[in-house]
Amino acid sequence: MSESILYYGVIPAIKAVVIVLVMATAAGVLTLFERRLLALLQVRKGPNRVGWEGSLQWVADTFKLLFKEDIVPAKADKVVHYLAPLFIIIPAMTVFAVLPWGPEVSFFGIKTPLYAMDVNIGLLFVLAVTTIGIYGVILAGWSSNSKYSLIGGLRSAAQLISYEVPMGFAVAAIIVMGQTLSLVEIIEAQKRMGLWFIFPGLVAFFLYFVSGVAETNRTPFDLPEAESELVAGFHTEYSGFKWSMFFLSEYANMVTVSAIATTLFFGGWLRPFPNVAFLSFLDFIPPIIWFLLKVSFFMFVYIWFRGTFPRYRFDQLMALGWKFLIPLSLGNIVLVAIAALWGKTGLTVLGTILTIAFAAGIFLAFRVPPKRLTVIEKSRPTEVPA
Amino acid sequence: MADYIPVLFFAVMAAILPVAGLGIMALFRPSKPDPIKLSPYECGVEPTSEAWDHRFSVRYYLIAVLFVVFDVETIFVFPWAVMYQKLLLFGLIEMVIFLGILVIGYVYVWKRGALTWA
Repeated sequence: MSESILYYGVIPAIKAVVIVLVMATAAGVLTLFERRLLALLQVRKGPNRVGWEGSLQWVADTFKLLFKEDIVPAKADKVVHYLAPLFIIIPAMTVFAVLPWGPEVSFFGIKTPLYAMDVNIGLLFVLAVTTIGIYGVILAGWSSNSKYSLIGGLRSAAQLISYEVPMGFAVAAIIVMGQTLSLVEIIEAQKRMGLWFIFPGLVAFFLYFVSGVAETNRTPFDLPEAESELVAGFHTEYSGFKWSMFFLSEYANMVTVSAIATTLFFGGWLRPFPNVAFLSFLDFIPPIIWFLLKVSFFMFVYIWFRGTFPRYRFDQLMALGWKFLIPLSLGNIVLVAIAALWGKTGLTVLGTILTIAFAAGIFLAFRVPPKRLTVIEKSRPTEVPA
Repeated sequence: MADYIPVLFFAVMAAILPVAGLGIMALFRPSKPDPIKLSPYECGVEPTSEAWDHRFSVRYYLIAVLFVVFDVETIFVFPWAVMYQKLLLFGLIEMVIFLGILVIGYVYVWKRGALTWA
């Protein structure tokens, strides 16, 4: 009896407390990381006053947010205005229950895996629970009784559900390869095959990550919050601690998308080339570090995107989702299914072809000068009028 | 069902965080409401109407309806994908037919202009 209390009560409770608190802290650190990195990309300094080189800026920000006045608009729907941040933070944090941070380890003689649970519908759970967050966004936009918030909330809902479809089809292509919905078993399948699913799933990865960026409302798809037109969109009327809940969940969702991308496409906690023997010296780095390194890389890519891409217009965003990503994801599923007819060999061949095509594409992109630029060059007046 | 107990812990923990934060900090944070502060933000202009009174584009509704159609399709694809190594060629042909029907509807919707936001 006490054994089952330990394994079904105490250990999951400890994991829940540790993971949620670590994530809440990590979100703070990530804001600092993002601001410093953006500053680097834009050739400026960024926050560098609090602590050594601004390293304590996030602590100062946290305390500032905690002590800020909580403003509820007079004409808002007060109950819903209060509940919306809860609706958005609870799913964002609950997803962490299934993310596979690392394999089984031993603490004080108790063996336990570094994830809270491994259910046979893991991937479906992630898709389902993250989608609940849309309710928080649309309720926040509606309850504020502000025109900006309302438009922001509607846009956000339309954007989130539009990119849900290509994301679902991209994930389905990975299931065809892995033959399971459990996140841990997908990692195991990649180990058995000795092949990260990024190679046969190159198109699926592109689809997944673009949809993931769109679903977390990040640049270049940050239309719901477009500062220049909607003054922060659905959370215009939020302040202080409630506002920080929206921010916290945005970072939590970014980590989720990065972690799922790592698990599905980059072998989760596996080291690179898990079946190549002479690379086994890499095993001295523990699996969880590999996982966190890969997740950090995707977080970096998120911020890199923000520093690089201009924002889409709303009709372009919808066109990209419905007219490009959905047909591509349908085609990708059929392609992967055909390759999977020959099992591992078929997937390896597909992976090789896609990798070569990708490399050739990058090579050509750098070799061939873009046409539009030459047109601009020609239209430029050659002589300066007197 | 015992496998799903951690979900409960995570959800409770995720709920405690904001509720406790809001509850405890209510004792410390200032509260000085005034009519201007509590009015909805509208670039400094006084709001002349309620946001709820305004209409919004029917396209949001259309997108929601289309989403239901396509998302139900993905749900059908998932079990097929898990069983794919057992179905193989039969499964492939069947899924191509299934997706083919979806694509017919998709092309129709595209031609009718439901996917164009203008």
